[in-house]
Amino acid sequence: MSAPAKSAVIGQDAIVEKGWLKTHQWLLLRRVSQLSILGLFLLGPLAGIWWIKGNLSASLLFGTIPMADPFLVLQTFFSGHQPELTALAGALIIFAFYFIVGGRVFCSWVCPVNIVTDSAGWLRRRLGLRKSTQLSRSLRYWILIMCLITPLFTGYVVWELVNPVSMLHRGLLFGMGMGWTLIIAIFLFDLFISRRGWCGHICPMGAFYSLVGKFSPLKVSAANRSKCNDCMDCYAVCPEPQVIRPALKGEAKGVGPVIIASDCTNCGRCIDICAKDVFHYSSRFANEAEK
Amino acid sequence: MATKKANNQQALSRRQFLTDSGHAACSVGLLGLGLGMYGEQSKTHAALALRPPGALIEDDFLGACVRCGLCVEDCPYDTLKLARLFEPVTTGTPYFDARKVPCEMCDDIPCVKACPTGALDPQLTNIDDARMGVAVLIDRETCLNMQGLRCDVCYRVCPLIEEAITLNLLQNTRTGVHAIFEPVVHSDICTGCGKCEHACVLEEAAIKVMPRELAKGELGKHYRWGWEEKEKAGKELVPDIIDLPNRMPSNSAEKLNIAPTGGKK
Repeated sequence: MSAPAKSAVIGQDAIVEKGWLKTHQWLLLRRVSQLSILGLFLLGPLAGIWWIKGNLSASLLFGTIPMADPFLVLQTFFSGHQPELTALAGALIIFAFYFIVGGRVFCSWVCPVNIVTDSAGWLRRRLGLRKSTQLSRSLRYWILIMCLITPLFTGYVVWELVNPVSMLHRGLLFGMGMGWTLIIAIFLFDLFISRRGWCGHICPMGAFYSLVGKFSPLKVSAANRSKCNDCMDCYAVCPEPQVIRPALKGEAKGVGPVIIASDCTNCGRCIDICAKDVFHYSSRFANEAEK
Repeated sequence: MATKKANNQQALSRRQFLTDSGHAACSVGLLGLGLGMYGEQSKTHAALALRPPGALIEDDFLGACVRCGLCVEDCPYDTLKLARLFEPVTTGTPYFDARKVPCEMCDDIPCVKACPTGALDPQLTNIDDARMGVAVLIDRETCLNMQGLRCDVCYRVCPLIEEAITLNLLQNTRTGVHAIFEPVVHSDICTGCGKCEHACVLEEAAIKVMPRELAKGELGKHYRWGWEEKEKAGKELVPDIIDLPNRMPSNSAEKLNIAPTGGKK
């Protein structure tokens, strides 16, 4: 049928081809992951089952395994504080995990703000809002630098005053207060002002984890790219659509099918939405093998 | 021609890149400045917001605390809270309001043990060494003891009774025959747990625990107490009393020929 009718329901082809469940498989798993991690933290305050204490900034699993956000520990380091071994070990554990599975797996599989921005992105597509303020792609890296430099001057962790990621997670566990205003602001910003503005252009945590996952082995590959029928659905749902093109269309230039860019969040939406099963999870080494 | 076009495109995109980066750098610089200013402002925390035991001094604490809430969750008495956005304490950091729930001074100090970063100093092993704040008898006009009544509640609930708070006997000049038992806080002993403020029977506590930097004065570095120096030296430091000429102000008014107005006369 006509193009506009098709773009109104992204993923229609895939639903017809593979069924609704398969078309939302990774999305559902992602939501399960995000909510169960949150639920695990909530077990303590709500049910008194203290498997894990703390929040995403730092926590203690089963009373023994420390975990800490390496970006935050790095910021405290820049503020002139020598963290205790517990925090350092926790940061190392988390760093190692994301180094292997891909840094921005945090963004798509763990971060609670992802649900907020994904909702805004979904609503944006639904309402057909095309107007978007283009922010510089490098902005988040500048903000990342700012987050690390300002503590050198102020002596304290400046980004944590406003960081909506930790604020939302902490708020859900310890009480939000006025913190909701910030979350609503991000939702409205992504919906009306800038498409994927927060996660894709501003959030310094995303930028940091993108660097952490620079060499991660787990990647999405456009292995069946010859089957691509240019429906553009993957670009429409991808939170970082610029990462797809080199892998999907790079065959003529001798570029391998693996999505190498570390901005990719390994969310798997492209795998879901593709009616032709072009994408699947793979390893970065599969790329070199084919080349 | 194709290559020329490609070069041209590349040059354009380089220019675009530089412009974008310039924009980003400038806006981020402004953002940083704004955040810094907001941070400086939020550093002056509320007089009644007390940090958990072992907390580093405020400046260092804000650099060390990762706002994880582990201290809050390990506090068995739900004393600690994490500050929320726009509250008068830096967002996400732990504090307590002694009037609502004071620190119960656990012997094993679980909050300090829970802290992964050392923002609560693990060197603190004896809770009596904690310096969360210092109690101040802030309103002597409503304090029942200061009016000659025997309330004494703050004195009696103090975990360091007779050390951190003592009662100082004064004559009650209103009745002439009774005593006033003045509660006196000794800041070198007071841990700032807030039990006195919590227990104060008044609608609004007359004794309040404040962050030490607010409650305490500070002597000039050069200043010495004469009597202490005398004790240290074991003798008078100024052996002969210097007799300075006495100039009493009593006659000055007469001399200047001014009629005194007001005052006790």
